[in-house]
Amino acid sequence: MSDVRVAGTGLTPFGNSPERTGRDLFAEASIAAFEDSTVPRDDVEAVLYGNFMGELSEHQGHQGPLMAEAAGVQAPATRYESACASSGTAVREAVKRIRNGENDVLLVGGAERMTNLGTAGATEALAIAADDLWEVRAGVTFPGAYALMAQAYFDEFGGEREDLAHIAVKNHENALTNDKAQYQRAIDVSDVLEAPPVSEPLGLYDACPISDGASALVLTSEDYADDHDLDAPVAITGTGQGGDRMALHDRDHLARSPAAREAGVEAYDDASVDASDVDFAEVHDCFTIAEVLALEALDIEPIGEGISAARTGRTTANGDTPINLSGGLKAKGHPVGATGASQIAEVTKLLAGTHPNSEYVSDATTGVAHNAGGTVASATVHVLEVTDQ
Amino acid sequence: MSDADGVQDAGYDEWLEAAEEGDTYYLECANGHGSLTPRRVCPDCGSLELERVDMPETGEIQTFNVTHVPTPSFEEDAPYATAIADFGPVRVTGQVVGVDPAAVETGLAVELEITVSETTGKRILGFRPV
Ligand SMILES: [Zn+2]
Repeated sequence: MSDVRVAGTGLTPFGNSPERTGRDLFAEASIAAFEDSTVPRDDVEAVLYGNFMGELSEHQGHQGPLMAEAAGVQAPATRYESACASSGTAVREAVKRIRNGENDVLLVGGAERMTNLGTAGATEALAIAADDLWEVRAGVTFPGAYALMAQAYFDEFGGEREDLAHIAVKNHENALTNDKAQYQRAIDVSDVLEAPPVSEPLGLYDACPISDGASALVLTSEDYADDHDLDAPVAITGTGQGGDRMALHDRDHLARSPAAREAGVEAYDDASVDASDVDFAEVHDCFTIAEVLALEALDIEPIGEGISAARTGRTTANGDTPINLSGGLKAKGHPVGATGASQIAEVTKLLAGTHPNSEYVSDATTGVAHNAGGTVASATVHVLEVTDQ
Repeated sequence: MSDADGVQDAGYDEWLEAAEEGDTYYLECANGHGSLTPRRVCPDCGSLELERVDMPETGEIQTFNVTHVPTPSFEEDAPYATAIADFGPVRVTGQVVGVDPAAVETGLAVELEITVSETTGKRILGFRPV
């Protein structure tokens, strides 16, 4: 089984650019990924592309071939859709193909155009990641569903809004050096607590922004990387995916993410690591409470204790296990279909020492990326490690 | 996304109509798992034997929120509380009616009440404190 190398990564700035089409965003990200990898476009055997709301935001289905074209690649292309875990799922499929010998070079990534929909339109588009009949028609929004989980968490394990606020503060702090981040602006706890409510107990600063952006990765087999003398010291060594019932009310737990746990266990086993080996992680913090649930699902924090991790400094840049050194979805932004592959890009750069925040994880050998879809009815987890080359 | 006028969602609209008549049901499989319609297969065990069983009259709120930023379909309704209520064999998500959203809390006993959106006039699944 071949090791899977991250040969190149590319990101557009994440942010507010309503006029930019998905194809323009993905073209920019893929150009950067090819430049970073030195892999020629002609060697790409397939394009695996994540996107969630393209039909609603751009009236565009069948985006796979469109995006291959935008990237200048002549190869079969498929779109992967798993809500906010769309490109995490695409990465997982790419890893499996390279491992089983089917392909040596793949272009993987994702893009989302969202801000052109406006807040109301984007809220409506995001809501369709929930169960339309039994959740959306009862008035549940995407923030609303996470608010249901936050309240359930407070009731079951304790904690308060101020604990969550420290997560937002931490992730904004981490984004200050990330020139691709939507918010490169520090905030404090009172900013979070005093922000307008979106869906109580969550307020505006508990939520990630609505973002436009794209991500791209050139993934290769170990043999290809060696044969072509690529500078690709980071490998994806573990992959996992978990699933759960669609509607929150049908889950066994309202304040836990079993799908993420399943994905994490599978990815750790696959890479032959456990949570104690994880030096840092990029986790899916679409809302502050989501970071808490992710840390507990990944065994980085015990169940019921993740709520205090940011407040006590365990997950800050100087803490034991820095979380979301990129700024996370919260401050870096969350162009839905781009997010999963962008997390892989951030972890790769942090491990390779080429990230502005690499100094905080200078001895790190193992990083994890956690990407969740909907209210975590879908989840992918990837383990990345530094290889000896 | 709404269907063309008058087109029903089989199973779901039928359920809402039954609930409006005070005749609420859930589906129970041969192994006693409860679930909501429309469904042909028990999601817990794969059983194809699904029967309509009367829903318990009262449920208990297990978690809730107060939504201030709704989708366009609920623009005029906000702020409103939504909740997940436990009716024993099934849990259901609904909008809490007949009470100030700020007074909603975990553990509150509720009954189902089909209400309408102030924004669209469409039926919505609601809970009324008892
Ligand atoms: Zn069953």
